[in-house]
Amino acid sequence: MTVFHFWRTHTGEFMTLLGQHVLLVGVSTLVAIVAGVPIGMLAARKPRAGAPIVWLANVVQTIPSLAMFGFLLPLPLIGGLGARVAIFVLILYALLPIVRTTTAGLRSIDPVLIEAGTAMGMTPGQLMRQVELPLALPSIVAGIRVAAVIGVGTATIAAAVGAGGFGEYIFRGLSMVDSTVILAGAVPSAILALSIDGALTLLERGLRNLRGSRRTTARAAAALGVVVLATVSVVALSSRRSADVIRVGSKNFTEQIILGEILAQTIESGTRLHVERRLNLGGTFICDRAVRAGDIDAYVEYSGTAQTAIFHQPVQTDARQVFEAIKTRYAAGGLTLLDPLGFENTFAMLVRAADAARLNIHTLSEAAPVASSWRAGFGYEFLQREDGYPGLARTYGLHFARPPTAMDLSLIYRALAERQVDFIAGDATSGLIDAYGFTMLEDDRHYFPPYDAAVVARSAVLLAHPELKDALASLSGRITVADMRRLNRAVDADHADPATVAREFLAALSQRSLKISRRDAEDLSRRR
Amino acid sequence: MTASGATGAIAFRDVHFSRGAQPILRGFSLDIAAGDTLALVGRSGAGKSTILRLINRLLVPDSGAVLIEARDTREWNPFELRRRAGYVMQEVGLFPHLTIGENIATVPRLLGWDDSRVQQRVAELLELVGLSAHGYSSRRPDQLSGGQRQRVGVARALAADPPILLMDEPFGALDPVTRAEMHREFRRIQERVRKTVVLVTHDMAEAFALATEVGVLSEGVLAVIGEPATVARSTDARVRPLLAPLIEATAMLEPRS
Repeated sequence: MTVFHFWRTHTGEFMTLLGQHVLLVGVSTLVAIVAGVPIGMLAARKPRAGAPIVWLANVVQTIPSLAMFGFLLPLPLIGGLGARVAIFVLILYALLPIVRTTTAGLRSIDPVLIEAGTAMGMTPGQLMRQVELPLALPSIVAGIRVAAVIGVGTATIAAAVGAGGFGEYIFRGLSMVDSTVILAGAVPSAILALSIDGALTLLERGLRNLRGSRRTTARAAAALGVVVLATVSVVALSSRRSADVIRVGSKNFTEQIILGEILAQTIESGTRLHVERRLNLGGTFICDRAVRAGDIDAYVEYSGTAQTAIFHQPVQTDARQVFEAIKTRYAAGGLTLLDPLGFENTFAMLVRAADAARLNIHTLSEAAPVASSWRAGFGYEFLQREDGYPGLARTYGLHFARPPTAMDLSLIYRALAERQVDFIAGDATSGLIDAYGFTMLEDDRHYFPPYDAAVVARSAVLLAHPELKDALASLSGRITVADMRRLNRAVDADHADPATVAREFLAALSQRSLKISRRDAEDLSRRR
Repeated sequence: MTASGATGAIAFRDVHFSRGAQPILRGFSLDIAAGDTLALVGRSGAGKSTILRLINRLLVPDSGAVLIEARDTREWNPFELRRRAGYVMQEVGLFPHLTIGENIATVPRLLGWDDSRVQQRVAELLELVGLSAHGYSSRRPDQLSGGQRQRVGVARALAADPPILLMDEPFGALDPVTRAEMHREFRRIQERVRKTVVLVTHDMAEAFALATEVGVLSEGVLAVIGEPATVARSTDARVRPLLAPLIEATAMLEPRS
């Protein structure tokens, strides 16, 4: 599928994302101008008072944007998923260039001109408006251009907190490993950055030639202020939530997006509640913050991930113990962990099915004696992490023909299929396992922690809507590893739409339960 | 010189002024009558510019008083005072983002003149300084020669018809031919406008060419003050070195015997 075809089939969505992107950058840059120029003026006039602000703006600039979103999500007023927090972060990033160039522009003015203005009887305000600001304007506009162009780039990250914009396509494309979708977002943001830069250059030229009276300047400033206020209030109002809307979240990879859709569609068909999808959020950290802050009401987490990454507990191997432990911890935070969905997304030790059949091996213990003639390929992280290959080798006494090869995760499945290696560490739910015909060797000594997938939901919302709990609980134990692999494969390998894949799965699932209930009924009647 | 008790348009009364630990003026007194052109001559660092800045209250004295129209500068609203004292600098200081017309209109606009009055005044002044209104008003400062810029500087200083004109080495950056031309222009303009002018320069020749009174500044006090002819004949040791370049130039022209 070419990028053009993608745009043609997604015109409506594309226009929405374009609107969101422009809004994010426009509002944040305007607010940064309104705040940054006076700060720059202060810093130029009173370096001692201005220095701490410039220092702070410098520090802010060094914080990675995703980390900043994480810090701000739980805060009241500015926090919360959506455009508000994104705009706030973008303002912080836009401030530094504007403050800097305002200060630099004002400081570079020839002191003779300041003396001339003062000696002519200008008050400090008149001097600023009639001499200093006009002369610093080219420098200020240069700063605004830098801020806006950086803003267009940073705004793509805003998709991680559900603010929309072209980052949606980029994140979606990354999780689907589909460069067409990535380009569908990356190309328009680059074009947007260039157009904004061009437009501001024209504006700068226009301003320089404008022999505007003070009145037009004042009017322009007032109009600008009104636009900023109006947009900010629209954004603030639009992010107000309604009680009957359930927000479903997901992390930013294929499986999570499919699961998010499954949750959302299950709620939509099983209850009268409306669902807002906040899928593709930027990782475990963001999802956890969001569900605690009430920005999402439910998402799917993995038990081992919750245990180690969220609650920072040591690795445990007993699935039941881990599940109960995190369930208690979630409960303490006002969150309910529903029963597992039925599949586990763990590390998968894979060999070609033909080899497994020929050698008649099913478990890692059985594989250890024959592994000495194999070549192994692992991802960089798995190879290095203490809870990755080193521990695995110790647990099972694994020795390969030569030291394992480090390779990129996207290439590792193909390397096994093409017999470049004989043993790899993959992802238990990867669609490629079936696609290539691999066998997953069982971790019979339970070296890996359990990664049971289960729904985490806000307890208060479940209490308020008992039908919601029933709907979500109906999924427990219903999604097998084979199901998940098939669904992932449909999206990753066959480029199907996650929503469609989820819909078809749920339809099949209800067929399955119909069959089961019919069989149950038949059993019952037979017993009678 | 005015007699004691009477006060001219500008008066310094025993003014002391230091920059940090360095004294600039040490008991400086001076009276300038309305309509006079006083040239203050001194070496670099003698405090000439300080005196101008004390007049328009860019500075205030450490002790003593500067009186403008018999009123202490500290009692004046500084902005009002400055709008009554046109200021011409060696560097001119035209605003590069404004046209010539807008530069000249600066003080009238600060004073809230209406547009038609401002336009008329700009035209008058360009006429006065010998730059016909047509063609110059809408140009930018960087499109003018040094001499033309300095004419605009004078026009800008005179724009709101201030009673006082302060000039800080006004023609120092010009080539000698242009400078001589500007001296003639200045005398012609002063003939028409009759301002109280205080001009500071290190060039005695310029002082003689322009002023009705010449004062020599030395060690923070006024060493000599009088008409140009009187000062030219002075035997004062603080004045002779300033006259030396003039005398040497004249001697060079005389036939050698």
